[in-house]
Amino acid sequence: MTWSIYLNVVIQGVFTGLVYGLMALGLSVIFGVVRVVNFAHGEFAVVAMYVAFLLFRALGLDPLVTMLPIAALFFIVGFALQATLINSFVGRPEHDQFILLVGIAIIVLNGLLVLFGPDARPANLPYAFDSYAIGPVFIDKVRIYSAVAALAIASGLFAFFRYTATGTAIRACADNLTGAAVVGLNVKRLYAITFGIGLACVGAAGALMVTIADAAPSLGPAYTLLAFIIVIVGGLGSMAGALVGGLLIGVSEALSGFLIEPSMKSMFSFALLIAVLVLRPRGLMGRRA
Amino acid sequence: MSRKTMPTSRRRVLAGATASLLAAPAIVRAQAKALKLAVFLPRSGYLAPAGQSCHRGALIAPRVLADFGYQVELVHVDIESNPDVARTQCERVINDGINAIVGAFDSASTLAMAQVCEQRQVPLVVNIAAAPQLTEQGYKFLARNFPTGGQLVTNGLKLIQDLLDATKVAPKTAVFLHANDTFGTAQRQAMDKIFPTAGLPFRLLESISYDPKAQDLSVEVTKIRALNPELVLVVTRAADAIKLVRDMVRQHFEPMGIVSPGSPGLYDEEFYQALGPFSDYPIYNIPWVNPKAKLLQALEAAYKPANPNFRFAVECFNVGFTFEALLIAADGFKRAGTTTGPELMKAIRATGIAEHVMIGPPIKFDEKGQNVSIPSAVVQNRNRTPTVVLPASAATMTPVLPMPGWQGRT
Repeated sequence: MTWSIYLNVVIQGVFTGLVYGLMALGLSVIFGVVRVVNFAHGEFAVVAMYVAFLLFRALGLDPLVTMLPIAALFFIVGFALQATLINSFVGRPEHDQFILLVGIAIIVLNGLLVLFGPDARPANLPYAFDSYAIGPVFIDKVRIYSAVAALAIASGLFAFFRYTATGTAIRACADNLTGAAVVGLNVKRLYAITFGIGLACVGAAGALMVTIADAAPSLGPAYTLLAFIIVIVGGLGSMAGALVGGLLIGVSEALSGFLIEPSMKSMFSFALLIAVLVLRPRGLMGRRA
Repeated sequence: MSRKTMPTSRRRVLAGATASLLAAPAIVRAQAKALKLAVFLPRSGYLAPAGQSCHRGALIAPRVLADFGYQVELVHVDIESNPDVARTQCERVINDGINAIVGAFDSASTLAMAQVCEQRQVPLVVNIAAAPQLTEQGYKFLARNFPTGGQLVTNGLKLIQDLLDATKVAPKTAVFLHANDTFGTAQRQAMDKIFPTAGLPFRLLESISYDPKAQDLSVEVTKIRALNPELVLVVTRAADAIKLVRDMVRQHFEPMGIVSPGSPGLYDEEFYQALGPFSDYPIYNIPWVNPKAKLLQALEAAYKPANPNFRFAVECFNVGFTFEALLIAADGFKRAGTTTGPELMKAIRATGIAEHVMIGPPIKFDEKGQNVSIPSAVVQNRNRTPTVVLPASAATMTPVLPMPGWQGRT
């Protein structure tokens, strides 16, 4: 077995992990600021997959092109959802929030089943079977494009939170809610923007996921679980942690699948999760409470 | 001699009426004109493509059966590719008064249902499910008209030898890749047991299991590529077959052939639509329909107008076995003349249907409720259609092995 095979496996894991990371980033942003755990996260990602799939099938628009409009649409949905429904649950007991968001997840999942049926829908992009051969290493085009796009969006998001006034205000809310309210920040509006940003990440990640995986309603709960594992490993509320967690899960799944047994690769994600919970409960990049 | 008569009191009339009411369902059940059947299939979840395909067969079955003198009423149940759902829904339909159950494509779900049917003494006729334990655990209320995993693998490996003889190729190595669900694991156990004595000319380098719900199989394909086998033997389930071929194309991995010793996935309509020209040339050794059977022609005639968007040639395996399971239950009811569980099951176990839709001798069950005489054929995807290529007596094309490379396919 040569080094090129290992390199191939690691590269696959890194690229897949970056897209996972983008999806988990949304969950982390929402929790980090609003302190609400979005249990409908994976279901929204699957909605985005279907939107990208439909736009490709109906209009021939590449998901890499429609990714930004879909993210914008999801921002509006997220903003509206937070402003109209979730804001009233902020500060209420966690089980109330849990029931609300699980309810939303069930509605979304069953809505998808009614609209599209249970079958997986492949986008069948013209370059879906193409790969770049760099010596003995083969890298799927879809994975490269998706990973680069995920990295670009994540960088944009980091820049937004670091260099814009709104981003700074949102960070202020996350750091000290009372202080932010005292200095006159419109916390409810900032929460709505944050939820919108979180869903925009999910929208973009969903559009990218459809290039890698076939859209199917049954993916929703699996993606929610995956996003949870990633953010807990990376550190709940930490943006960089979400990306690092995504990379770790992507690479560990790929390597364990290759070296041990492919059917056991999910087990390693959970093993990693347990190890982090035992050794570093706040996550790899989470801040001490 | 004086005769004592019981006085007719209000209390006695009330008790009699109550007893009649309580006995009514049993009386109705015993005298029913049509058999009430529940058809359990995974119409959603990861096994949905095959479940939906079987469902389309079940939908047209009552009309075809009626033309042949069988009366059935069907209740369709989606088990969501989830054994727990199958178990709870099984309890529900039995409580609702169903006479018999047909299903469920998935071995794990069928096992869960078999336990409930056994407890409640309701016949279960298995349409498709290969896990050996279904007929090895002594269930009295189960009949299976589908090969066990061992039978599938035995027939499948024998046909691989026939295939190699017919194509005059001699691969030296193979890798066995299988889904890690109940069916896939049963196939693995059968392979471990049967392959060493099958006398095939190639060496099995490794057996690799994978999760059929995985979103891609890139790591699995990389692992196979590292072993560089000439043949890839697969036990796929549904959409995972698409992912397997897609990742093989992406990684420029071109084995001599992709051969299934007996499993679904490679002949679903989704497979052809998703892969286009790359869907051609995989081979699967499975039971197939008998184009000369009158019942098959009637089934096809009913299927086509009801399903204009689907091809019977692609769906005939799922449709055929589902129809046969319903036929077995209906035929048992006709002979038993009752819907009472034990009597109906006795009649089903005594089945002897000569005219049916799949290739093979008359449908009969052994003392375990297993039909042990279901042969397989070698079927290859050609022009995006399942095509029988062996045995020569049933073949419409000759087999192609090695399969052409991925490049240049249109």
